[in-house]
Amino acid sequence: MQFGLNESQQFLRDSARKFFAGECPIAEVRRLMETDTAFDAKLWAKLAEQGYTGIIFPEEFGGVGLGIVELILLMEEAGNALLPGPFFSTVVMAGALLDALATQDQKKKHLAPICRGERRSTVAFLEAEGSWDLADVRLTAANGRLLGEKLFVPDAAVADWILVVARNGVFLVDSKAPGIRVEPMRSMDLTRKLYSLQFDNTPAEKLGETTGLSRPRAIATAALAAEMVGGMQRTLDITVEYAKTRKQFGKPIGSFQAVQHQCADMYLETESARSAVYYAAWALEHHAPDAAAAVSIAKLYASDASRTVGNRGIQVHGGMGFTWENDLHLYYRRAKSSETMFGDATFHRERLARLIIDVEALSAERA
Amino acid sequence: MDLNLTPEEVAFRDQFRAWLQANVPKDWTEWREKPLDESFPYLRAWQRKLHEGGWAAVSWPAEYGGRGATLMQQAIFWDEMARLEAPPMANALGLGLIGPTIIAYGTAAQKRRFIPKILSAEEIWCQGFSEPNAGSDLAALQTQARLEDGHYIVNGQKVWTSYGWVGDWCELVVRTDPMAPKHKGLTVLLVDMKSPGVEVRPLRQMTGESEFNEIFFRDVRVPAENVLGKVNDGWNVAVSTLMHERGAYGARLILIFQRNINRLIELSRCIQRNSLPASQDPVLRQKLAQCYAEVEIMRLNQLRAFSRITPTGAPGPEGSIQKLFWSELNQRLQQLAQELLGPYGQLLSSDAHAIDKGIWSYGYLRSRGNTIEAGTSEVQRNIIGHLVLGLPRSY
Repeated sequence: MQFGLNESQQFLRDSARKFFAGECPIAEVRRLMETDTAFDAKLWAKLAEQGYTGIIFPEEFGGVGLGIVELILLMEEAGNALLPGPFFSTVVMAGALLDALATQDQKKKHLAPICRGERRSTVAFLEAEGSWDLADVRLTAANGRLLGEKLFVPDAAVADWILVVARNGVFLVDSKAPGIRVEPMRSMDLTRKLYSLQFDNTPAEKLGETTGLSRPRAIATAALAAEMVGGMQRTLDITVEYAKTRKQFGKPIGSFQAVQHQCADMYLETESARSAVYYAAWALEHHAPDAAAAVSIAKLYASDASRTVGNRGIQVHGGMGFTWENDLHLYYRRAKSSETMFGDATFHRERLARLIIDVEALSAERA
Repeated sequence: MDLNLTPEEVAFRDQFRAWLQANVPKDWTEWREKPLDESFPYLRAWQRKLHEGGWAAVSWPAEYGGRGATLMQQAIFWDEMARLEAPPMANALGLGLIGPTIIAYGTAAQKRRFIPKILSAEEIWCQGFSEPNAGSDLAALQTQARLEDGHYIVNGQKVWTSYGWVGDWCELVVRTDPMAPKHKGLTVLLVDMKSPGVEVRPLRQMTGESEFNEIFFRDVRVPAENVLGKVNDGWNVAVSTLMHERGAYGARLILIFQRNINRLIELSRCIQRNSLPASQDPVLRQKLAQCYAEVEIMRLNQLRAFSRITPTGAPGPEGSIQKLFWSELNQRLQQLAQELLGPYGQLLSSDAHAIDKGIWSYGYLRSRGNTIEAGTSEVQRNIIGHLVLGLPRSY
């Protein structure tokens, strides 16, 4: 058993780290977050050039054909850099959904241009109730048309296609189709813009049944948790560096145990979230029987831990941590947005409870 | 990343599982209820049997009677032991902590003299580290040893000594140079507990049991050849023992924690809350799921740590993360058990109404010690701060 990265996985992680450090430094994040969409066409072209836009998709559609563990490593680095814009919504949310549900023809038409970096997409799930439970979805397609509302849709303004989860299936909508209205929803995380969508008899192409949602949704949830781990790691690194250099009472504040212990707990929480996320990725990749539980464990732990790590990091920074100039609040905002996305800790604890309390099929003792 | 067992690991597991199924005593459940002094000969015999099968110290190098097992194989070993509810080994400290330290620092003569009898449980070992005025600040210990005619004369007091009452030998940390800075004046002695001047007293803990002892040393003579490592280099020798204490122990706990949370889930289905099974109470469901998740993360953290450390390398500061995680988790788990059991949680094993023979009241009290023994949570956080994150020392 080897729960570490192999050589090619290390290479992928290191080159992603180098790529984001060069192409997406924090100054660039700050520039993009002040724009309407946080999207940059040049950065997008570079992401595609690296093969990142097709990382887990089959080579026949122009993808790289890597596994979910590799996706998780890439998302961790993207989270570390606080990559703004529609990468997560296009590649992880919409791409994984197309890969799971679409026909060969639909994939050629919609997934291949995503892999090539020519098109962007997103998934519309939440409605007015704000519930991540599929049973709460009300929107229903009738005669190939949609009438109604979706909320909290990431990056919809720069998406070419919007994948809409309805009661009676998953539908693909061209963002330039008649009867669509896209309005920004102003929210905490400035690097991942959210939108409300109104459909007024908008034509929609059916991709598949909602029963096919569980795997792509699990992949996206694990990938989001990985992105959160990356953000936690950066928050920890920034905080430890500050604790070593900031002096009060004539000493670095990192020499005081009250500060040290905050940092130690940040480390423990970050590493624990990472363990849970890596295992979820491996379990998904290998279709392990406990994959659904593993994904919920990863998301519930990362949801609480990323908030806590942010709290601790800002506290250690004192007044500096409360300024706009300091970068921690950018990560803190992303952490809050990611905390609720695909269900918060409470949501996933209940999911896990259904698996371990209501169903006795899952045994913690493995053979 | 490959979380399947390798063919070698599968072979190791199957070989040990087969041996264990054929050899594990069937009457341990009757013995485990008895006081330790009564069951101790039984535990010695069990260890002897493991030793005869070559399974007493799988982590040790083959030349010293072990199997050179990787950390992953050690985890498999403890997992199998727990799965078949095998009794513990009598010489737990000798095998887990002190033997490896003697292998690392001992002379050829010391290894010949001590190692075989550690394995066979002929000589039980205890650890003389903490003192009344040297707990977390271990290096401040005051037990003195001065050299006279080829013997060290030892005077002082040790406390929190596990197995002190049954110990034949003690890994004792003493101060040999009172003038040197505190970390530089320490030496480790291997002390015969039957030496004149050694007095062992039981230390009653808050659970009511006496797992630990106080040991008094009055002009105890220890031959100079029983110095382990170099004179005045005892701090490094002692730290090597402590790393083993924090590194390997977590692996044995995982299956126990899994059993406990699964048992609580099972109990929640038959305990009533507000006219419904507790398993349907939304708040308790949240807490059970959280605890289950944390037990799983403890397992995963352990596996990742094992993959990071070189296969044969000694445990490092990663052990502090494990120790911090499992000790605090166990307190949360035991508190959850209390919430679930309500008034039954407080019942002792001697009470006829007690659930699960009172293990939950015992577990609740015993878990208070978890964040103190083998280095307090505060000390573990200091170690993470200094050694992992590179923060300046606070003391």
